[in-house]
Amino acid sequence: MSSENAPHFSSKDAVVCRGVGKTWAAGTKRAHEALRDIDLDIKPGEFVVFLGPSGCGKSTLLYLIAGLEDATGGQIWSFSDKVETPSPERSLIFQETSLFPWLTVWQNVSFGLAIRGASQEERRKVAAEALQRVGLIAAMDKRPDELSGGMRQRVAVARALAMRPKVLLMDEPFAALDVQTRARMQDFLLDVWRDSGASVLFVTHHIDEAVALADRVVVFTSRPGRIKTIYPIDLPRPRNLFSREAETMRIQLTELLRDEVDRAFAEQEAFAVPA
Amino acid sequence: MAVVTRDGEPGAAAGTTSRPAAATRLMASRLFASMAGLDWLAKVWWTCLSISLFAGLWELCWAMGWADEKLLPPPHIFLGNIGEQGKYFNTATRWQVGTSMTEGPSAFESVLITGAATTMRVFAGLVIASVLAIGVGVLVRYYRFFDRLVLPTITLLSPVSPIAWLPVAIFLFGIGNAPAIFMVVVALFFHMVLATINQIDTVNTNFINVARTMGASKSQIYLRVIVPAILPGMLQVLRMNLFGAWMVVLVAESTGVGYGMGQVIMLARNTFNPSLVFFTIAVIGVLGFAFDWLLRMAQRRILYWLPDTAERLRVL
Ligand SMILES: Nc1ncnc2c1ncn2[C@@H]1O[C@H](COP(=O)(O)OP(=O)(O)O)[C@@H](O)[C@H]1O
Ligand SMILES: [Mg+2]
Repeated sequence: MSSENAPHFSSKDAVVCRGVGKTWAAGTKRAHEALRDIDLDIKPGEFVVFLGPSGCGKSTLLYLIAGLEDATGGQIWSFSDKVETPSPERSLIFQETSLFPWLTVWQNVSFGLAIRGASQEERRKVAAEALQRVGLIAAMDKRPDELSGGMRQRVAVARALAMRPKVLLMDEPFAALDVQTRARMQDFLLDVWRDSGASVLFVTHHIDEAVALADRVVVFTSRPGRIKTIYPIDLPRPRNLFSREAETMRIQLTELLRDEVDRAFAEQEAFAVPA
Repeated sequence: MAVVTRDGEPGAAAGTTSRPAAATRLMASRLFASMAGLDWLAKVWWTCLSISLFAGLWELCWAMGWADEKLLPPPHIFLGNIGEQGKYFNTATRWQVGTSMTEGPSAFESVLITGAATTMRVFAGLVIASVLAIGVGVLVRYYRFFDRLVLPTITLLSPVSPIAWLPVAIFLFGIGNAPAIFMVVVALFFHMVLATINQIDTVNTNFINVARTMGASKSQIYLRVIVPAILPGMLQVLRMNLFGAWMVVLVAESTGVGYGMGQVIMLARNTFNPSLVFFTIAVIGVLGFAFDWLLRMAQRRILYWLPDTAERLRVL
C-alpha cells in the first residue's frame, strides 16, 4: 500500500469514510447527488445506526461501504484495506427477503461456502452452527417460502454470520415486520452482535429502534445526504427503554430528524409544482 | 405420556413435536392427499364435460340437419370408423418399397406411429430450441461483445414467419425428420432468445448483490443465481411456445417434408375427406393436450418453490 497519500486514521478501524460522495448517473442529464462529504470512523465491535429522512442516501452509503457501488468522491477503508469490491468480510442484509427460493434454508446459509467449493459435509456443519446461533436449527431443511418474515430475516442474518464478517451492514432489515416481531428481533440482533464481535451498521427511520440498538446514531440531512450530527447513546445495556434518559434521547432525536424531514418534504413539493 | 422433544431445538422457534401431534399431522396429510385425488378426478370430469358439451352441440346441428355430414361430419361419424381412417395413417411405412395400403401395420398402430413421429419432432425441436436459446441469451448478457455482435441479427430475424423458412429447411435438409425439427427450432429460437434476455434483466438485484458480497465470480453468479432465477419464467415461455411448435410441425410435414400428422391432413385435403381432417384434428388435440399436461407436471416438479397464483385468483 502506498504511504505517500495514506489517510489519517487508525488502521484498526472497522470502517473509515473520508470525504465520501456519490452522484448517481454522474455526467449525464439525470445526474443527481445522493451523498456529499461523508467523514465517518466506525470502531470494531461498535453498533452504529444511520437515521435520516427517506431518500437521503442511507442505503447508498451502505452499498458504497459494501463495495457494491463505487463512490464518486472520497475514499472508504475497512481494516486498512481500501474498499473497491464486495468482500465476505462486509455482509449486507436487505429489507426485502433476499433468500434464494430455490435453495433450502441450510443451502442458503452455506451459499458462500459453496462458492468457495467447500464439501457438503463442511457446508452442513457451518450452516448448522450459524442456524443454531439464530435459533432456527429446526428449520434447516425447510424452504424459505415455508418460513415467516421474521424467520426469513433470521436466516438472512445466519447466512451473513456464516461468512464470519467483521462488519454487518443492515438496510432496514426489520422494516417489513410487525411491531412485536421487530422488538424480538432487536433483542435477537443484540445477542448476535455481542457473540460475533462484529461492527454493525444499521439503517432505520424508527427513532425507537435507534435508541434501543445504537452506541452512536448518525443523523443525516435531507438529500444530498451529509452527516448532521453524531449522537451518542450512552445508556447501559441491557437497556431500560422506559427510562427518563431514553425518553429524552428519543425527543432530541425526533427534533433533529424533524427539521430534515420538513426540508425533504419542502423540496419534493417544490419539485412537484411547475415553475 | 412422554413428550418427545427434538434435541438441540430451542423451544422458541418451532416449538416441540409430540407423538400425538405428529400422528394428527400424518392423518391430516393423508386426508389432504385423498382430497387432492378428488381434485384430480374433478378436473377430468370437467374436461370430459367441456368436450361432450362441444361435441353434443355439433351432434345436435347434425341431427337437426344444419350441418351437412359430407362437409362437417359430426364426432360419431369421424370417430366411428377408426379402422377406416387409420389406414391413411399408414404413410409411416408406405414409402417402403413393396408396402401397399393394405399391408403393414394395423390401423391403430399406424395412428400411433404417425402420432409418435410428430410428437418426437415437436419434442426434439423444443429441446434443441430451448438449449440454444437459453445458451445464446445467457452469452449475450455475459459477454458485451457477443451482445453487440449477435443481438441485432436475432432481433431482425425474430419477426420472420416460420413459413418463410420452409424452403430453407428443404434446401438444407431435404426430406425426413431433420427439416421438420429445423422448422420447430427456427420458429421458437429467436423469440426464446429475446425472452431469455428479458428474464435475465428482471432478476432481483438483491440476489445478485448477495452473491457478490459472498465473493461469487461472474460465472458463479450466472450459474448459481441467474440461471435458477430465470428458470420459472423460462418454463412459462416454453409452455407458451409449445403450441407454436405444434402448429409449425404440421406445416413442415404437410409440405412434403417427411411423413406425419401434417401429411395426413394434406392427404385428406387432396382426397376431399373431411372425416379424416376432423379425426386428425382430434388426435392432434389430444397429443398437444397431453404434452402440455406433462410440461405442467414438470414445471410443478422443478419449480416446487413457486406459489400457486391461480389458487389465489379463484377465491376472488
Ligand atoms: N441505483 C440507483 N440509481 C440511481 N439513483 C439511485 C439509485 N439508488 C438510489 N438512488 C437515488 O439516490 C437517492 C438516495 O437513495 P437511498 O440511498 O435509497 O436513500 P435512503 O436509503 O436514505 O432512503 C435517492 O434520490 C434515490 O432516488
Ligand atoms: Mg433505503
